[in-house]
Amino acid sequence: MAEIREIEELLRTALPGSEVTVQDMAGGDHLYAHVRSPQFAGMPLLEQHRLVNSAVAHLLGPGLPIHALKIKTEVAQ
Amino acid sequence: MIVSEQQIEHEILDAIAQNRVMLFMKGTPDMPRCGFSAQTVACLRDAGAEFGAMDILPDPRIRQTLSAHSGWPTIPQLFIDGQLVGGCDIVTELHESGQLRELVKAAA
Repeated sequence: MAEIREIEELLRTALPGSEVTVQDMAGGDHLYAHVRSPQFAGMPLLEQHRLVNSAVAHLLGPGLPIHALKIKTEVAQ
Repeated sequence: MIVSEQQIEHEILDAIAQNRVMLFMKGTPDMPRCGFSAQTVACLRDAGAEFGAMDILPDPRIRQTLSAHSGWPTIPQLFIDGQLVGGCDIVTELHESGQLRELVKAAA
């Protein structure tokens, strides 16, 4: 079980100025993160996702609160 | 059979080197054991890709070694020409935009 608000805050801290929405997709451990950040400008998709993953890396994986994290990134203008 | 971590690492790196398009997944392409792996296989097949696949479930060290190598925490992981492309979300986005078809056929 992961704390949605806490994860949103982790992402906002890692990506200042971004709009972050985290939703529970199933059972509290399959989450969806939508992140719209100015820092994504000119950055390959892989690196955008790496930034999101690394912000919550300590919570993500087998036996950890987040089992799966679906990510959608967008460049904020 | 007892397999060392070095052997596991060797098999992973060898699979990436030998297969232009290489997918690490849960289960097999014909019998995926996770929805994200299934979706990634469906994208690859729809894009007309020929790809190698390795099931990471038989030994937890496969996933650990792979993630240490790629710096990517989750499964599936798709590599093209030795480079990590991403997981299910990225592959799906690339498929929807038509880029996946170009990636899997380019630079044979």
